[in-house]
Amino acid sequence: MYVAVKGGERAIDAAHDWLAEERRGDQAIPELTVGQIEGQLSLAVDRVMAEGSLFDRELAATAIKQARGDLIEAIFLVRAYRTTLSRFGYAEPVDTEKMAVKRRISAAFKDLPGGQVLGPTFDYTHRLIDLGLAEPGLEVEGAAPPPDDPAAPAHDDLMSPPRVVALLDDEGLLEQERPGPGDGDPGDITRQPLSFPADRGERLQALARGDEGYLLSLGYSTQRGYGRTHPFAGEIRHGAVAVEYVPPELGFPIVVGEIEVTECQLINQFAGSRERPPQFTQGYGLAFGHGERKAMSMALVDRALRSEELGEEIGAPAQDQEFVLAHADNVQATGFVEHLKLPHYVDFQSELELIRKLRDRWETPGQSEMRAEAAE
Amino acid sequence: MAGQPPSGPPGAADLATVSQAVFRSALDAIAHPGKIVALSAVPEAIGCANPAAVALLMALADSDTPLWIDPTARTTALPDHLRFHCGCPVVDDPALAAFALATDPATCPPLSDFPVGTPEYPDRSATLILQVDQLSAGRGVRLTGPGIETQTSLAASALPPDFWAQVAANNALFPLGIDIFLADDRRIVALPRSVSVEF
Amino acid sequence: MTMPLHTEARAAGYNFAFLDEQTKRALRRALLKAVAIPGYQVPFASREMPMPFGWGTGGIQVTASLIGPDDVLKVIDQGSDDTTNAVSIRKFFRRMTGVRTTERTEEATIVQTRHRVPERALSDDQILVYQVPIPEPLRYLEPRETETRKLHALSEYGLMHVKLYEDIARHGHIATTYAYPVMVGDRYVMDPSPIPKFDNPKMHRMRSLQLFGAGREQRVYAVPPFTSVRSLDFEDHPFAVQTWDQTCALCGAGDSFLDEIVTDDRGGRMFVCSDSDYCSRRRGDGETDPARGAAAE
Repeated sequence: MYVAVKGGERAIDAAHDWLAEERRGDQAIPELTVGQIEGQLSLAVDRVMAEGSLFDRELAATAIKQARGDLIEAIFLVRAYRTTLSRFGYAEPVDTEKMAVKRRISAAFKDLPGGQVLGPTFDYTHRLIDLGLAEPGLEVEGAAPPPDDPAAPAHDDLMSPPRVVALLDDEGLLEQERPGPGDGDPGDITRQPLSFPADRGERLQALARGDEGYLLSLGYSTQRGYGRTHPFAGEIRHGAVAVEYVPPELGFPIVVGEIEVTECQLINQFAGSRERPPQFTQGYGLAFGHGERKAMSMALVDRALRSEELGEEIGAPAQDQEFVLAHADNVQATGFVEHLKLPHYVDFQSELELIRKLRDRWETPGQSEMRAEAAE
Repeated sequence: MAGQPPSGPPGAADLATVSQAVFRSALDAIAHPGKIVALSAVPEAIGCANPAAVALLMALADSDTPLWIDPTARTTALPDHLRFHCGCPVVDDPALAAFALATDPATCPPLSDFPVGTPEYPDRSATLILQVDQLSAGRGVRLTGPGIETQTSLAASALPPDFWAQVAANNALFPLGIDIFLADDRRIVALPRSVSVEF
Repeated sequence: MTMPLHTEARAAGYNFAFLDEQTKRALRRALLKAVAIPGYQVPFASREMPMPFGWGTGGIQVTASLIGPDDVLKVIDQGSDDTTNAVSIRKFFRRMTGVRTTERTEEATIVQTRHRVPERALSDDQILVYQVPIPEPLRYLEPRETETRKLHALSEYGLMHVKLYEDIARHGHIATTYAYPVMVGDRYVMDPSPIPKFDNPKMHRMRSLQLFGAGREQRVYAVPPFTSVRSLDFEDHPFAVQTWDQTCALCGAGDSFLDEIVTDDRGGRMFVCSDSDYCSRRRGDGETDPARGAAAE
């Protein structure tokens, strides 16, 4: 005798218990602390903050722990938490020129005021797995400086070099991105949903919270000829910037905190158009924390999306703003892809009936018209 | 940023409940054009704005919704009250309004002065709250359209003589148009753009 | 058989119904506009909910903006109260609001649904909230939002009719069985969400307010009570719903949408109501062999 399925609630509870057990892993091994994740998996924390659109290291680290290291799941947790926060107000734009830089490089100039500051980078490491890391305590001597190493610059010693892109300002060869007299406040895609065509401020917001892998691939496609933009890494800088807020009752800005960001300004050739002289144009990327890959990919895609504004030919996927922006958010994407796991048996039942009908018709040519009519 | 309404757990429960109840009444009203809906909880009148009008604005307006208020009401405590409690910017030009409050039908600008939306985005249109002395069913104009089973009748005292002609003209713009709430002391009636009127 | 109303204490630390008040206000404004323009998709700044996009976040946000302490909520998925996602959503609202939930269709003030319209007719004071994955009925014909907005603005639905007509030319009939497009109030073509076309006629002049939420796509839309909802068709190929040769094997109903259940690996099949409340109530009401009804509980 068939019995209708019951007990969904109990099954779900049991699945959650099992999940908690799997997350903890081998009980003989000490549990990870949030502090360890925050300190030692800091780039994972940075990515979760960037795509989660919330700067809170401890919260991001907790989400990574809860998500068993699945970063998109952690990003989702942070976004859902963000929904519950009421808005205090809008901060002043951060001034990245005053960034206390830990790293700052330019590929466009050999040397420049402020110099090339390599900072903590994987760039010149040989990607050989350091087996010493598998056994704590056996790390190669000198690989990690002792905490009080005098060679490591103290925060106060970090400097704020001038922007590379300003160096070409005198000749007018590089567009300078300054607010114009008619520019209002940028929109806010968390308050007003994106509508197309989206302006650059809204596009940058969508890209800033967009999936790193997706932007990487799209950016890469522009380098391979799908909407080529001839980029140079004008400047990549990473460090801390102050966040300021103007309380209405005071009327002047006060510093409410400091966040770490990575900024990328790509310089792209532009052959000129009827309205604009030949010059270099910019693609812009900004990410919370240390996320050079993200900031650079974002800058490539930003520049590609400016094709229309600059009167360039449009044809490549990365230049198509509806395509790029509608699919950039990994929380949306993962939800919809994974929703295929939900039951669809009512729809499937309807399709099953249709396929049977079509099959009937296909298998008996000649009678098919009549059969189809009869089945209506 | 001034006067962001409190939101979130501490002490917000009552506010959340009151807003929810007012919204459900407004939803009931707009889903049943011409139906007189009594608000269960209303605040005090502010200046010349009656309790039902204040309740609607407190529940629905905030910093994202520019509000137009008629010149008489603007001289009362109302604008400051709404700025403080809702954080909504008060605008002089009806064409910029997301919400509009006319406390006296006699001095209400023509309905066509308010934004009616665009063909692609007809929702980008104003919602007008128009105060009336007394709403009554059973006599008056005949209303038909979505939300109305067959037809319904409505009367409101002291409306300008061409008001219903303006409502008909607003309906003729459909899907563009403004949406109207008539508010007597503690009751509301909705006249969305979808409603047809015969008088 | 009595089914108690479920209640649970509200979780501390969250606003009532999870969303902050500002988000609710924005959603409420969008819903009022949606009702004023039947069938038109109103954009709203959808938020991330604690469930994934595609899993009902639109319906959940609509319900969260509607629900108050006195409401009674019913949640169904595929017609059933007991499918995993319906259970999960119901539990979420119990935790975030403390409101009562029910499986009885007539007891609910708000019914949130995925993929079905309940068999029992809803009343004037109930609200039906649909979860919608792709709100744009023209999306598979034209992927660009800028284009589909224009088509709706111009009431230019030739593309949809061409698609349906091509079906008839190729298959002898319209090959759309669920999410079958409808014309609302003689103005907007609307996606009824992926309900089987069997349910489409129930939407026409329904007594209760129907609200639709698409979270990932950031749209809400509505059909007010007593509003015309016509399934698109042609004079020589009128719209028709699915029919079954069988009746429900559990309750004997011959007027409900039936799910096909595979009972063994030798091709055994049976058909039962997709609407679990409808089916169990009919069995409780003694429409069929009582012993059989009891065994199925």
